[in-house]
Amino acid sequence: MIGLEVHIQLTNLETKLFCSCKTDYRGSPPNTRICPVCLGLPGSLPVINKKAIEFATKLAIALDSKINNYTYFFRKNYFYPDLPKNFQISQYNKAGGKAFADGGKITININSRKKDIILNRIHLEEDPARLVHKGSIATSPYTLVDYNRSGVCLIEIVTEPVMNSPEEAREFLKQLKSIVQYTGISNLDLEGAVRVDANISIKGYERSEVKNINSFKEVERALKWEISRQKTLLKRGKELTQETRHWDDKRRVTISLRTKEFEEDYRYFPEQDLVPMEISEEFIRKVKEELPEMPNERSKRFQEEYSLSEFDADNLVLDKNIADFYEQGIKLDKTFGPQEFKQYCNWLMNDILGWLNENNLQINETKLRPKQVVDLINSIKKGEITTKIAKTFIPEMMKGLDISEIIKRKGRKRISDRSYIESLCNEIIENNPKIVADCKKHPKAIEALIGRVMGKTRGQADPGLTREIMLEMLKKRKIIE
Amino acid sequence: MKLYNYMAYELLEKIRSGEIKIIDLIEEIAERIENTDKLIHSFVNFNSDYPISQAKKLQKQINEEKRFGRLIGIPYANKDLICIKDYPTTCCSKILEGFKPPYNAFVIERLIMEEQAIHIGNTNMDEFAMGSSTETSCYGPTYNPWDLTRVPGGSSGGSATAIASGQAIIALGSDTGGSIRCPASFCGVVGLKPTYGRVSRYGLVAFANSLDQIGPITKCVHDAALILEIISGKDPLDSTSVNVKVEKYTDMLQNPIDNKIIGIPKEFFGEGIENSVKHSVKKGIEKLESLGATTVEVSIPHLEYTVPTYFLICMSEASSNLARYDGIRYGKITEDLSGDVFDVISRTRGEGFGPEVRRRIFLGTYALSAGYYDQFYIKALKVRRLIKDDFQEAFKKCDVIAGPTMAGTAFKIGEKVDDPLQMYMTDLLTCPVNLAGIPAISIPCGYDNNGLPIGFQVIGDYFEEGQILNVAYQLEQELNIYRKIAPVK
Repeated sequence: MIGLEVHIQLTNLETKLFCSCKTDYRGSPPNTRICPVCLGLPGSLPVINKKAIEFATKLAIALDSKINNYTYFFRKNYFYPDLPKNFQISQYNKAGGKAFADGGKITININSRKKDIILNRIHLEEDPARLVHKGSIATSPYTLVDYNRSGVCLIEIVTEPVMNSPEEAREFLKQLKSIVQYTGISNLDLEGAVRVDANISIKGYERSEVKNINSFKEVERALKWEISRQKTLLKRGKELTQETRHWDDKRRVTISLRTKEFEEDYRYFPEQDLVPMEISEEFIRKVKEELPEMPNERSKRFQEEYSLSEFDADNLVLDKNIADFYEQGIKLDKTFGPQEFKQYCNWLMNDILGWLNENNLQINETKLRPKQVVDLINSIKKGEITTKIAKTFIPEMMKGLDISEIIKRKGRKRISDRSYIESLCNEIIENNPKIVADCKKHPKAIEALIGRVMGKTRGQADPGLTREIMLEMLKKRKIIE
Repeated sequence: MKLYNYMAYELLEKIRSGEIKIIDLIEEIAERIENTDKLIHSFVNFNSDYPISQAKKLQKQINEEKRFGRLIGIPYANKDLICIKDYPTTCCSKILEGFKPPYNAFVIERLIMEEQAIHIGNTNMDEFAMGSSTETSCYGPTYNPWDLTRVPGGSSGGSATAIASGQAIIALGSDTGGSIRCPASFCGVVGLKPTYGRVSRYGLVAFANSLDQIGPITKCVHDAALILEIISGKDPLDSTSVNVKVEKYTDMLQNPIDNKIIGIPKEFFGEGIENSVKHSVKKGIEKLESLGATTVEVSIPHLEYTVPTYFLICMSEASSNLARYDGIRYGKITEDLSGDVFDVISRTRGEGFGPEVRRRIFLGTYALSAGYYDQFYIKALKVRRLIKDDFQEAFKKCDVIAGPTMAGTAFKIGEKVDDPLQMYMTDLLTCPVNLAGIPAISIPCGYDNNGLPIGFQVIGDYFEEGQILNVAYQLEQELNIYRKIAPVK
């Protein structure tokens, strides 16, 4: 049984949650995005960033979460070098407080079934400062504190412990990342933009909490490791204790933190420097109107309008930039129908996405334009190029070159791909038994076969190689000596 | 006559007309401080260089530009927990040794930057404003200039003694459970705690943030009204400051009070109140009646619960507000850096905080802890609501409430400091006002048999500072004792 607490930093908020310091701390020198408020200097007071409330509302709507009509802040009190006030301003759903929003869900596709991952709540809180160590936390001779990050807005999303495998957790996070992207509140690819704590228990036994998972990719790994650790202990007849463990992403293991006999008491109580804020129905309605179409709605629409399969549509909509690219593209050619819609989808999800992943780029970091894919599809349709050849155009397309331009350039190149020519020759031989038979009596008939290969490749096949291969094949089939 | 005998509004007239130069005033004040502060110990630090250079600068501005801030040249004493940019601000605690805020409090921007009062020094206070006698300061106590063997009250003791003894013309203090009104009462000066949210707390080092308010300490009601006009208003940097119109309080002082109904809470005259206080305050009430006001009996039935309620709430909040003092970013870190970071933090705080501060942090932490939160903190919040309702009920029957500020007069140095509960009880008549968040003013109304000042408290409904200033002013003028400077003996 797995439950997740996902902290996402609102990287698209220009200023911090309680002061007007800029949040663009990545790449800034340490302690340059600070003020008395986010440093917690004596006499400083927090003031709520209204845009943060708007962003939280967006996310709550997108996650189907019930927004409370007043939002309150509480103090979470504990001592730690990354907390300038030695308390964190957060929200609490007990002791008289309320979360920003309760409940909610994300639907995932697992093993061809749909499963709803139910959420417990979402709430706002401020980010602590960033601790910097020399190497690993365990061996560093010092800790440096950079307060640039202190006070940046975080939203915490807490799930119910309803995921049954690391794969489900992975799918959940995939969907969550997509939804967050669509709301426009954060770019989760930035370093430190997401932190995950996981609660894992094997049914019937004590749970352990794993902290410090710093990217979505690490979550599945950490979960798998922790589950296997627990299973191993059980097999050996050892007991499992409720504990907090730390995910070490360099050594790829969870390690036990200082064990405590008691749970930390945070002495939650209301933050008296902030006043309760109304989140009216009208405000929620306005925010909802400004939200773009969410992934699940978009997928349904893609299935209807473009006759894509559920699988294709679900995957296509995951990255908003790719889905936007898709829609822009297919609308460029009015003659496109279901066949082309599917082809366009395939090009995006297979070849283009593959290239992007290999080169660690986002689609909008390249010069690729929707029209190029349209032209590609049409070029293949017209027979100007084959699908196989088209696949080789991807790198050039990424540089922004028109298909016609690429064809012209590649056109001068000879096709010397041996296996490709072999397959063509095979094809020609199979489809032209009469000419092949002719070759037995008239060796010159081979020219006709070669000619057909040249025709198929619009004259690009290397003639010498083609001849060589054709002769080989005919010899193999004992057509000629 | 020495210039420090005059009120701020009188000195402003003299400065504007050219009758006196600012430097004359500053030099007299400096001399007064030099002659008396060894005995009184109002100030944590005083250096005449800055005030003198400011006096010259402002005089030049007057001479050349004929431009006057509303408080131009007036010597201002600042309680050591209101942040002044680059000026040592320690809350009279060792743990903030060396701390210089990089910014001005909102009230300082108004008083000094805009209206051109001259900051002459920071005044002594109970450490982190926790106390009613100014005996817990890390710099040693302040002494009551009416009787140097006695306390001046607290926690804004130094601000009150500076005004009472003519060492400053205006001062600010902070009031969480009575810390402006108590020393005002014991020192025979005027002290006003505004409605919670009337004055911005930005730059006020927090003790209990749902109770703290900054307010003026002055020799007369007129000066208090003038300062209140200047420091009040909505501050975008303080979410708890309220957008309510700031009235021209100085224009309201002369209003006749013959239509006013004054509520007298019977609980304010109970057993624990000294006879001399009862007598003096009753005389004051009679004076108000002679001016045409009518009195009516009201009740604050939950008064007996106010002290424990107040202390539970302020200690809980303080335990969190003071958590930031760990010596890592500012202030004094322990010299013994052995152990891990938590050892160092504990040691720093153990060494840097005095016993009263530590006591309140322990109790506050306890009251907020799991298992006790409901029975202490939440309970206290519920009783707080009842006390607020008591006042609201009372204000249905009257315009303002009147009674003593303190149950007695200044006690001896050392008399209560070892008995925390007894010390806490001195807040009985002042802390309900903070719990309700309503405004109150204390003015001197007489002296006891030992010549010690007695304070008269006027309490108003939310944002009714104009009314309480009006009633207080009328009484003050009738009694006419406000010009008396403490003898410093």
